[in-house]
Amino acid sequence: MTMHVSVTVNGETYDVSDVEPRMLLSDFLRDRLGLTGTHVGCEHGVCGACTVLVNGDSVRACLMLAVQANGAEIVTVEGLGSPDELNVLQAEFREHHGLQCGFCTPGMLMTGEDLLRKYPLATDDDIREGLSGNLCRCTGYQNIVAAIRSAAAKRTEKAS
Amino acid sequence: MSSDRRASPSDVVRPRNVGAPIKRTEDPRLLTGNGEYTADRKPDRPLHLAFLRSGQPHARIVRIDAAAARQAPGVVAVFTAEDIADDFKPVVPFSRMPNYYATPILPLASGKVRYVGEAVVAVIATSRYLAEDALDLIDVDYEPLGALARAELALADNAPLLHEAAGTNVLIAREFRKGDVTADLAAATVRVAGRFEMTRKAPLAMEPRSYAAEYDKRRDAITLYTSSNIPGIVRDAVSESLGLSGHCMRVVAPDVGGSFGSKGSLYPEELLICIAARKLRRSVKWTADRLEDVSSSSQAFAEIVDAEMGFDANGIATSLQADVIGDVGAYSIYPWTCGLEPVQVVSFLPGPYKIGSYRGAVRGVATCKPPTGPYRGVGRPISTFVAERLMDLGAAALGIDPLEIRRRNLVRAEEFPYRIASGIIWDKAGFIECLDAAAEAAGYDRLRKEQAEARKQGRLFGIGIASYAELTGIGSRIAVAPGMPINTGSETAKITIDSTGAITAAFGVASHGQGLETTLAQIVADDLGARFEDVRVIQGDSDEVPMSTGTYASRSAVLGGGAAKHASKILREKIKRVASHLLEANADDIEVTEGKAVVLGTDRAVSFKQIAKAVYSDMKTLPVEAREELSATYTYDPVNGTTAAATHIAAVEIDPATCFVRILKFVVAEDCGRIINPMIVDGQVHGGVAQGIGAALFEELIYDEDGQLLTASLVDYMIPSAPEVPVMDVVHVESESAVAGGFRGMGEGGTIGAPAAIANAIADALSPLGIGVSILPMTPERIFRLMEQAQIKRKADE
Ligand code: FES
Ligand code: FES
Repeated sequence: MTMHVSVTVNGETYDVSDVEPRMLLSDFLRDRLGLTGTHVGCEHGVCGACTVLVNGDSVRACLMLAVQANGAEIVTVEGLGSPDELNVLQAEFREHHGLQCGFCTPGMLMTGEDLLRKYPLATDDDIREGLSGNLCRCTGYQNIVAAIRSAAAKRTEKAS
Repeated sequence: MSSDRRASPSDVVRPRNVGAPIKRTEDPRLLTGNGEYTADRKPDRPLHLAFLRSGQPHARIVRIDAAAARQAPGVVAVFTAEDIADDFKPVVPFSRMPNYYATPILPLASGKVRYVGEAVVAVIATSRYLAEDALDLIDVDYEPLGALARAELALADNAPLLHEAAGTNVLIAREFRKGDVTADLAAATVRVAGRFEMTRKAPLAMEPRSYAAEYDKRRDAITLYTSSNIPGIVRDAVSESLGLSGHCMRVVAPDVGGSFGSKGSLYPEELLICIAARKLRRSVKWTADRLEDVSSSSQAFAEIVDAEMGFDANGIATSLQADVIGDVGAYSIYPWTCGLEPVQVVSFLPGPYKIGSYRGAVRGVATCKPPTGPYRGVGRPISTFVAERLMDLGAAALGIDPLEIRRRNLVRAEEFPYRIASGIIWDKAGFIECLDAAAEAAGYDRLRKEQAEARKQGRLFGIGIASYAELTGIGSRIAVAPGMPINTGSETAKITIDSTGAITAAFGVASHGQGLETTLAQIVADDLGARFEDVRVIQGDSDEVPMSTGTYASRSAVLGGGAAKHASKILREKIKRVASHLLEANADDIEVTEGKAVVLGTDRAVSFKQIAKAVYSDMKTLPVEAREELSATYTYDPVNGTTAAATHIAAVEIDPATCFVRILKFVVAEDCGRIINPMIVDGQVHGGVAQGIGAALFEELIYDEDGQLLTASLVDYMIPSAPEVPVMDVVHVESESAVAGGFRGMGEGGTIGAPAAIANAIADALSPLGIGVSILPMTPERIFRLMEQAQIKRKADE
């Protein structure tokens, strides 16, 4: 049995038929839509590399089936900024050297976007707490925290 | 600059890229989802591979029934060892070491399995889902041969043999000796000893291992995209094994999501996927899931060290001896051998200290676990843990401050080059300088006062120091792994200016997070006289240079950087010669800078584009003999290599209720020579320290008595997440080394120093309770047990 999935990803609508109900959203994004920016590091919901925004909330794409996303609005890392025009958080990651191998980075960015949108992030400990579901083996987190801190400061500037 | 004032070349101010925190070239693509990791490759109609792996630790394969799997939907082929027996030659991790048995590497288990997770059958299907479905239809009958779950058990007389042909489970044995240790220990004022253990770890790169063998029908050739940091070695090995000449076997490491050593050996799956692509004349993809990655990628450390150190009355360490048992797993890895990790423990045990006499013996013992291999630091995280624990024990016994005892024993500036008791020669580096800089940055005296206050309140507050040195950028005179026949002592750079004036610098090194595209471009830009943004760096592709071994062992800045400097210089001289024709000036009066050749002190200049046009296209401007191709290749060999050093200081507090260790302060003072990009250097230290924290506090691969892995998920194998890692303070003691550019290499150090510093800090915190630290990780559970035992003992004593 296969099903039909209709989703909006990064503003573009995709209608895909013959989707197996068991197909993970992460595999669907990567293999069916060719959006390989979303990475898969564990497939058991721990590493956070596959984090995307589904209807405005951060979600682990490896813990969701593609068919469950039917009708949803999804944002992946490809939807943030472009190499020529990084968005604020991406630019801060570059500025603060918040990435090395880049494998955890899409998940870090999507979680970061979610944190920035929803929480005051008054202290660095709040940022670290917010990142606790995203593993990075390269950076030791220090520069990722700095990047999000800086993006948070810019957010406040903008609001005031 | 006025034209009547002629500047000498040294007066010309060139923008210096080396030394500047230049933002990385890699970032725009990696930040926007435009990176290309192996799993992101999209070859034409690829097939997908899945492996049936052994659930048995040690068993004879009696029968494999794959008939049903062959008929399953989407399945294109099923391979067992028998089906591919004629398609390859085994790869043998040869070494000239005596007392070493090289276990051959096969793509699939043949005859018997030796660890849980070993690949036994390969299924190739039109999708990964269908390939995995078919695995369930395969039946394998095994005859159990008895698990060898621990090295001590494998050493027993009646233990079953994992490799019958070896005649023993001891795959490697070595001993280093200098002086009369027995006599010196007997004469010592104080002797301290212990049995230390560094448990088995997983390097655990966030990207699981991944391969895509892309078949080119036109040429019957294969390009293997691999998440590897040694694409050149993989090319040579697969090419030899499959009998494919190098130009039909290209190996590319595209964007690689970390390795830390786990992607730095040849894997059976790399052989198998190439065999499958060739047999089926189709492209084949495979990416490990996390369980497969943890249970079949090379693992780390796993040593038990019985060690003893003797001191004279002044706290000078006179003697050291150690017996090391390394649990090396089921196979010797290619090309490093199973000797790499445990032998390095005894080679580096004397560390940065002037210890007079030494005996270090090591045995690498086969067990039913995945092979151990390189992991950031290799051998030195444990050698440093042991030596630094002994230093602290000696300091305590003699009533000397831990900082002071190290100052008395470290090799001093005037004593370099210094040959330590195990035979390693330290090149001049800032050993004492790092110790002092770390103490200052940590506010050592203040910390001790804070500790005294904390102790008065009954708090468990501790301070730990660790100093170490490492050989980096090793040249051809020293084998990276003992007795290994392949050359790891050189790297090549090939720099070209094409007919459009664009600069391409190609290397064999293979970045997997270190940002080599950026740092190597910084070097080329400075030494060629180009603009940083105009230099394109290609790396990780076996087609680009004739021979390379890749990126590992903190070598790429030294070897790749050295090659870049030399090749740049040769090309710059060519540019000057062409420019001297075009500008009608003496080549010596020409400076190359910012992508232009300029007559010194004038505004007469030609751009690289104009120079390229003159050489390649506009045949009227230059005499024939002056049309030198604008390219230069240089293979650099630092011959001996160099030394990097650091001191780490940690302050911790242990919560007596939860037994959790909180790191209050972490300081690193390191000497990595001339810094190419301080931003990247800091990042490497941060990441290394975080891994060291994992090794010290959380990470442990636990195998039960039946050889089953109990910690195969990221829930059970816990690596540090953001809240567990403290803010790290990194201080640079930048002393230039003797190799080209003055670089030293520094990718591994963080992981070497941190476990020892934290172990010492925990021991210091627990010292009022009479508790020592001899095993890592010090999990809350271990601390709880130690505190409980101490309490029982105190009660008994009362
Ligand atoms: S891949 Fe989804 S959380 Fe790890
Ligand atoms: S940058 Fe490599 S895992 Fe985070």
